[in-house]
Amino acid sequence: MTWFEFMMRNRAEVLERLIEHIGLVGASMAISLLIGLPLGVALVPRAKLQRWVVGAANVVQTIPSLALFGFLIPVPWIGGVGASTAIVALSLYAVLPILRNTCTGIAEVDPAIVESARGMGMTPRQVLWQVQLPLAAPVLLAGIRVATAICIGVTTIAAAIGAGGLGVFIFRGLAMVNNQVILAGAIPAAALAIAADSGLGFFQRSIAKR
Amino acid sequence: MSSLSDGFQVGYAVEFRATTFRLPSGVALISNLNLSIAQGETLILLGRSGSGKTTTLKLINRLLQPTEGEIFVAGRPSASWDPFQLRRGIGYVIQDAGLFPHWTVERNVGLVPHLERWPEAKIQDRVREMLSLVGLPPDEFATRRPSGLSGGQKQRVGVARALAADPPILLMDEPFGALDPITRADLQREFRALAQRLHKTIVFVTHDVREALFLGTRIALLDQGRLVGVYAPAEFLKASEPEIHAFVASLDSGAASEGVA
Repeated sequence: MTWFEFMMRNRAEVLERLIEHIGLVGASMAISLLIGLPLGVALVPRAKLQRWVVGAANVVQTIPSLALFGFLIPVPWIGGVGASTAIVALSLYAVLPILRNTCTGIAEVDPAIVESARGMGMTPRQVLWQVQLPLAAPVLLAGIRVATAICIGVTTIAAAIGAGGLGVFIFRGLAMVNNQVILAGAIPAAALAIAADSGLGFFQRSIAKR
Repeated sequence: MSSLSDGFQVGYAVEFRATTFRLPSGVALISNLNLSIAQGETLILLGRSGSGKTTTLKLINRLLQPTEGEIFVAGRPSASWDPFQLRRGIGYVIQDAGLFPHWTVERNVGLVPHLERWPEAKIQDRVREMLSLVGLPPDEFATRRPSGLSGGQKQRVGVARALAADPPILLMDEPFGALDPITRADLQREFRALAQRLHKTIVFVTHDVREALFLGTRIALLDQGRLVGVYAPAEFLKASEPEIHAFVASLDSGAASEGVA
């Protein structure tokens, strides 16, 4: 039986795991965007606090993913085995690149432009939405792109704590010593990562061109 | 609702009264400044780098707040103005023009009218009028982006943007400083004609004496945050203060090295 035949025979479960995978990535990205973007914006004028927060996010980033899942399982409310623990861990990973790029993206906007925006009588909110964020958009998107790639990768490991996703095939294949089963998870996960990255990359370039 | 133009029966457009501005470290960038700027005049703030010219300018539109003393704009303490309202009534032009690179020329020029919620048709008419005023044919330039403009064209757009909402006061921070000499001379000539026609109160920062003498109705010389004096251009060349001698000397050497007067 070829790998392709195996995939066709099990397409219902492959599809189900793929959708689970996308759901985990989508939920974690949504949470990290909701935290990272406003936090990044709020930290721009607070350089000292920004160093601390980005430093803390950096520490989280260096924790191996399987270990982070392990740490979270005994935590009450958010912990336990399953998708919610995985989403918390994934969000913690994804928030750093988003946060960092929001801060640097806004800080790198030409100060002369921001000064003239203020001097023309724009309110801080107008300066943020009409000047700083649009000009920081390419850098911001680069952060989202990195976060998405990390999320899709780490989600394959989330299967180890019962969160589902394409990693289920990989762990099952490892246990069964069956390459076809491993590849049933590994190839779609890799394809998903490449597709998401090139899609966001295309979007990023089209924004930068404007 | 009161606007900046209403306050002008009172007399001076801008008045500094014993104004001091200190950095949080305690260093004074402006010390005890007393200066009155009349309506319709072009007052030059002249001085070398670090003399406090730009600080003085930013105190007028409240980008900076004085540590001591007061500033009156259109007869009212500037602290009593809503800062955004105040700034929309004061045109502001800076050295690099500070145009928004993600907006077209049209949108850049229409910025303050948009903030003031003018009707769209009125904004469009005004933008075209302003572009023509600064010598940029609207049909050719309205839809361009700042990246497609030369330095001189950017500065023209900067002036058009500052004038768009017809502010009674115009602040200009070395607007022609980064241009090549020929473009600079062109813009200075055109700007002088424009200033005489529009009858705005203009506060113009420069370190170039020739520019100061050419454009100013009066020249205020600043040195290390202190006002040395205020002079008509003719007086300036004859004045005896050593600070002025340094500048007049720079005028001579500048003229000699560039070979033009």
